Amino acid sequence: MSFSASDLLTLTREGLYCPLGGFHVDPTWPVPRALITHGHADHARAGHGRVLATGETLRIMAVRYGADFCESRQEAPLGQEIRIGDVTVRFAPAGHVLGSAQIAIQAQGVRVVVSGDYKRAYDPTCLPFEVVPCDVFITEATFGLPVFRMPDTRDEVRKLLDSVALFPERAHIVGAYALGKAQRVMALLREAGYDRPIYLHGAMEKLTELYKQEGIPLGETPKVVAAERAKLHGAIVLCPPSSIQDVWSRKFPDPVTSFASGWMRVRARARQKGVELPLCISDHSDWPDLCRTIRETGAGEVWVTHGQEDALVHWCGTQGIKAKPLHLLGYGDDGESEPAAVAEEAA
Amino acid sequence: MNEFAHLLDRLAYEPRRNAKLRLLQDYFTHAPDPERGYALAAMTGGLTFREAKPAMIRGLVEARIDPVLFGLSHNYVGDLAETTALIWPAPHPISSNDGGLSESGRQRGSPLLKGEGQGEVRGSSGEVTHLTPTLSFQEREPLAVAPIGHNNPPPHVPTLAEVVETLGTVKKADLPARIADWLDALDETGRWALLKLITGALRVGVSARLAKTAIAALGGHEADAVEEVWHGLEPPYATLFAWVEGRAERPTTLNPAPFRPPMLSHPIDEAGDFEKLDPAAFSGEWKWDGIRVQLVGGRDADGAQVARIYSRTGEDISGAFPDLAEAITFSGAIDGELLILREQRVQSFNVLQQRLNRKAVTPKLLEEFPAHVRAYDLMQAEGEDLRPLPFTERRARLEAFVAALDHARIDLSPLVPFATWEDLAVARADPAAVGAGADADAIEGIMLKARDSAYLPGRPKGPWWKWKREPFRVDTVMMYAQRGHGKRSSFYSDYTFGVWRAREDGSPELVPVGKAYHGFTDAELQKLDRYVRNNTTKRFGPVREVAYGLDHGLVLEIAFEGVQRSTRHKSGVAMRFPRVARIRWDKPAAEADRIEALETILARGISEIAPGETLKEAGA
Repeated sequence: MSFSASDLLTLTREGLYCPLGGFHVDPTWPVPRALITHGHADHARAGHGRVLATGETLRIMAVRYGADFCESRQEAPLGQEIRIGDVTVRFAPAGHVLGSAQIAIQAQGVRVVVSGDYKRAYDPTCLPFEVVPCDVFITEATFGLPVFRMPDTRDEVRKLLDSVALFPERAHIVGAYALGKAQRVMALLREAGYDRPIYLHGAMEKLTELYKQEGIPLGETPKVVAAERAKLHGAIVLCPPSSIQDVWSRKFPDPVTSFASGWMRVRARARQKGVELPLCISDHSDWPDLCRTIRETGAGEVWVTHGQEDALVHWCGTQGIKAKPLHLLGYGDDGESEPAAVAEEAA
Repeated sequence: MNEFAHLLDRLAYEPRRNAKLRLLQDYFTHAPDPERGYALAAMTGGLTFREAKPAMIRGLVEARIDPVLFGLSHNYVGDLAETTALIWPAPHPISSNDGGLSESGRQRGSPLLKGEGQGEVRGSSGEVTHLTPTLSFQEREPLAVAPIGHNNPPPHVPTLAEVVETLGTVKKADLPARIADWLDALDETGRWALLKLITGALRVGVSARLAKTAIAALGGHEADAVEEVWHGLEPPYATLFAWVEGRAERPTTLNPAPFRPPMLSHPIDEAGDFEKLDPAAFSGEWKWDGIRVQLVGGRDADGAQVARIYSRTGEDISGAFPDLAEAITFSGAIDGELLILREQRVQSFNVLQQRLNRKAVTPKLLEEFPAHVRAYDLMQAEGEDLRPLPFTERRARLEAFVAALDHARIDLSPLVPFATWEDLAVARADPAAVGAGADADAIEGIMLKARDSAYLPGRPKGPWWKWKREPFRVDTVMMYAQRGHGKRSSFYSDYTFGVWRAREDGSPELVPVGKAYHGFTDAELQKLDRYVRNNTTKRFGPVREVAYGLDHGLVLEIAFEGVQRSTRHKSGVAMRFPRVARIRWDKPAAEADRIEALETILARGISEIAPGETLKEAGA
């Protein structure tokens, strides 16, 4: 039998494993050797032996877990082929968050692309997604239902600014994931001409600082001083999603509760969270982009890691593309959500 | 339609009443006639047309979208209108984030569109189905400039008026095609609003009252001024808008039996109000525990009798009470309390509720739950508006009116004579001893009406007071807490509490008996919230279980209006209007009350007469 993709990548308890290279990709448990697509906590965990990732991802992990998050690390320059054991790997931008990469793994003429999380929509804080032709494309399906067609982020940011203009006396509390989404919202606000300070919950401070060090201009982003909250009339305040309903946010003047997430496409989701101003801004591909990307890679086979895999697998079938769900555990069970690491009463 | 949809969308996310009012007023000011009139009708339940069935909507979508994908989406979103709105093939290209890259990509790739203009699609079973080619995006996008040689006119965005008028006249067979055209033309929010509207599920958190308040405010009126003319008006309410905008006279109501906003009272503050009031200036009467209604009769243009029963909010409930409507043989408007009487005895609110809960009005229901009205006031008689008269004069007219009517279904609410406030306090404490007799359990308290008071719509402060009976009180233990909504969205403000009862082996256990979410100040709420967070033992989604038991737990003194049997609660009892009366930080949980305290109250309330049974111990 000829060499196939399932010889190149197998499934273990820890996640995707490449026997010929002796490494895991985004393992959910500590392993001797890990390749990491991006810095979100469900993909990048601490405690591995050797870690290979983009420089930005390594620095994000160091900020989150401390400098000693693994035994040894190696930076993977984008686009460069790296030999590991009997395979060649190449990192390519995924457009998800700063430093996010797809990993192409190749041996004996077969190429598999592990895309991690990715998006095609505009994001001023990271490099755009690059289509990597392959035999097997491993995709997420966080927003893998045709109801998820994301609007233009510029219109969403405009909604926020319009509300600030309409309610200049009220603070606008915007829930956003601390890595990626928060900085993207800040950058989009700056592009829309908003030049006032953007206030940050303490949980976002370090990562935002890192983004600035990496050369992404985000303007003035002071940390919220607890005692000053009641004075922040008309301010835009970014905080982790768990804090928008927290007592912390109630101390601002008559707060408008907002949330920047692809989930805001669904009214019930917004209402469950008590969101008054939903901002539909997603760091994942929407349905048209998932489908388009699968087509553009030319892959004859698609493996779906996590999300709404049923619909995407079904769609592949209608397009004559082989597809299967991997049922990987541990990846964003709640889609975009970060693990509940951010304590409820933080700050 | 898109403007109306935009309004609904914003209302749906807006929890605050004043902000909703602002949105409504803004819309009613700017939207043209008859658009805004139909919008008002949509929000006040004033539209009647053939509703679209969910199956038909589903059929429309499944002709355009892979049914499997639609099914999965519907399961996920959980709402047919919203799923359809989100999934409907976009008539305009979705403006894309990636610098125009996806313009062609989406068109070529548009994975939703069956056919994609190629005229066929391979179904999952393999057969090739021919479909009408859908318009390409390029043809659809520029609404203004249609390409030369274009066979299809650009989509026409319907107005709300057009939708409503079409639905009223369209032939059933033509309905699906019309709806599909509209869905093609509208944006996503427009599709959602349209589907909500035409499936009769328009719930946007705006009451009819709030919409009327917004309309009234356009002309500097109170909502009651709109209520007065409301029942004579028809959508799209052109005369109403003309009036509130000062372009025309107040619309004359042609309705021979119109609703008139009732006069309401303020609760009296025992500590401060009595000393400022002169007992001789007030008349007292019982406050009955039923539903406040108006019985209105009149003659239409042809001389036929018109009979209407309105709820306090102006809802026409005549259909639910045909037995009572029959009694409206007069021309006039009686303000009174709707009650169930059996063997001349007023039944408790529990019994009335059993009738209110039934959808179908059957002969059996009418027989077992005969509706009566106990008359409080006379607003109008034989075309004469009595509301400007002082209460004593109206009362005299009412007594004569009810006597002349002489109908078993309508009687007078008796006055409660008193000379001093102390007399009145005695009557309130024991109505049975002061003439209420066996009806005492159906008495909620005492009404005080200034003898010289005119009948004023709304809740003017001063002329009318209510003095409710002392609530029941019971000491309970907090067991669970849930986060509140709106302003309290981050606080644990809804408390489930329990009382002690004996297990089979005789050992004590706490059993939940109710839930309360008010009765405390903001400062107390902060303390309660902190208590919940510091004493959490388990979490169930938004609910937290707190520590409770013989040795620990927080005692909440709960005030409530009554107890009824409940099959929904494990304890078998449910309270009416429970609220936190006091927080007993000092009291040990072991000393909280036992279930027997509630069962005793329940036993009192069960002195009701079973349907059809005669009163055996009359006067006992």
